Amino acid sequence: MIKRKTPLSRFLSYFFLIALAYIMTYPLLWMIGAAFKSNEEIFGTIGLLPKNPMFGAFAAGWKGTGQYGFSTFLYNTFLMVIPTVLFTAISATLIGYGFARFEFPFKKTLFTIMLSTMMLPATVILIPRYIFFRNLGWLDSYLPFIVPAMLGCFPFFNFMMVQFFRGLPLELDESGKLDGCNSFIILKDLLLPLCKSAIFSVIVFQFVWTWNDFLNVLIYISSVAKYPVALGLRMTMDISTEFDWNQILAMSLISIAPPIVLFFAAQKYFVEGIATTGMKN
Amino acid sequence: MHIRKRYNYTGYLYILPWIIGFLVLQLVPLINSFWYSFTNFQLLGDPKFLGLENYKKIFTADPTFLQSLKVTSYYVLIAVPLKISFALVIAIILNQNIKGINLFRTLYYIPSILGGSVAISVLWKYLFMNQGVVNNLIGIFGIKAVDWLGDPRYALGTISLVTVWQFGSSMLLFLAGLKQIPVSQYEAARIDGAGRMRIFWKITIPELSPIILFNLIMQMINAFQDFTSAFVITQGGPLKSTYLYGLMLYDQGFKFFKMGYSSALSWILFAIILFFTSLTFRSSESWVHYGDSL
Repeated sequence: MIKRKTPLSRFLSYFFLIALAYIMTYPLLWMIGAAFKSNEEIFGTIGLLPKNPMFGAFAAGWKGTGQYGFSTFLYNTFLMVIPTVLFTAISATLIGYGFARFEFPFKKTLFTIMLSTMMLPATVILIPRYIFFRNLGWLDSYLPFIVPAMLGCFPFFNFMMVQFFRGLPLELDESGKLDGCNSFIILKDLLLPLCKSAIFSVIVFQFVWTWNDFLNVLIYISSVAKYPVALGLRMTMDISTEFDWNQILAMSLISIAPPIVLFFAAQKYFVEGIATTGMKN
Repeated sequence: MHIRKRYNYTGYLYILPWIIGFLVLQLVPLINSFWYSFTNFQLLGDPKFLGLENYKKIFTADPTFLQSLKVTSYYVLIAVPLKISFALVIAIILNQNIKGINLFRTLYYIPSILGGSVAISVLWKYLFMNQGVVNNLIGIFGIKAVDWLGDPRYALGTISLVTVWQFGSSMLLFLAGLKQIPVSQYEAARIDGAGRMRIFWKITIPELSPIILFNLIMQMINAFQDFTSAFVITQGGPLKSTYLYGLMLYDQGFKFFKMGYSSALSWILFAIILFFTSLTFRSSESWVHYGDSL
């Protein structure tokens, strides 16, 4: 953008960016280091690297203090997150396709309604939804997460997919129609292969959001046997003594690993997806 | 081929999941929540109509409501503008043909992936404890240890830092927007002898203004409802200095099971959010610039 730059200002830019990168990642680096430290070392020193790396915290934390270990919490989280993410991707694709490629009565109105629900504060419908799921007997299960995903209740993702489909050339559909394909075959065989980056973005976002979600799991999941990591971690933190710091940090570290791994694995598509769909309005 | 609009009802089939979801999981709950807010609904037993009783109590006889409203306003006012301006400045710096832009972008974005999690709240608690790393660090510079989480003057600021730390997602949107600004605009301005600040205010900001508006509104809506970090790190304390609105809604609804009262509180929050978003939208007419692309 700005072409002629003095070496000094260039140097300052880099200096600033590197310093900022250090500050931004310091908390995480510290956490990684601390998980391998003894408890005395954690709060006595500021160095990032442990003097005598030890793995005891991982083993002890993994086993947990109560009846259920951390492996249960991790397993539960996947049990909750994976169906939620898959159904979100499917429903958002179908809904996006419907809005982007078909003309039907009240389409504009429906689309406007969908957009405005993006701004509907989730807290307003929290209680009635809770009552509704309670009446269905769905409390203490993952259905309150999975069913809304099936029913496209994440307007943000539907909107992302609409925007993405609008960017694909209509000629594709036309050629499919000439070959006698129905609309679902057109979606499945012609458009879907081009939607990879958008679908990956939906998957990464929804995975991260559901994985990190705390308020909803706090409300809906009550038995420890079904706790996802968010609740498991908080429980561990509440019941453990001061001396379990490194264990808790080790488990925190494990609990943030899956979203990070997924992000790096899908990063290419993800950034592309944001660039193409994120802000076309 | 066909210029005339022809309806294809198959479209309904594709959006059917959303129509059901909207009706059953959004519209009906919205109506119910409005109805509950005029009742004494307590989970067990049938709700009894109270008229405006809940609202009257909130505004006249509930000191925690005012405290929570104050705390939440401070929080939104500190965290959201800081987060967005930070994201904007970093995006602009990153957009100047920086080598290794991908690495920086990734490093700055990572906190946004993790920020809302309990793990990060746990981490924050340890970092800012009295004998924690942050106090050790500032100790090197001879600054006396600060009670980041135990002192009502600092606790909210410490919580807000978690939010600002997650500026990465807004930054990505700004970066995408900056890429759309035609280089020719900058060149023309430079030929006219415009300085860097002038270019920033006359080209960059107006071109990015729709994205700024979008960020401002979405971040505001989210910040008004934030919950996790204040709940896990400080439990709303000390002295309710981090008692965000979300915590109050949770306490009333799911700790005391005053579902009616909590619903009334949530409608007040809804009204507040609506007020601020429409205020922002209204003001946007004077500062948001829409290109020809719209």
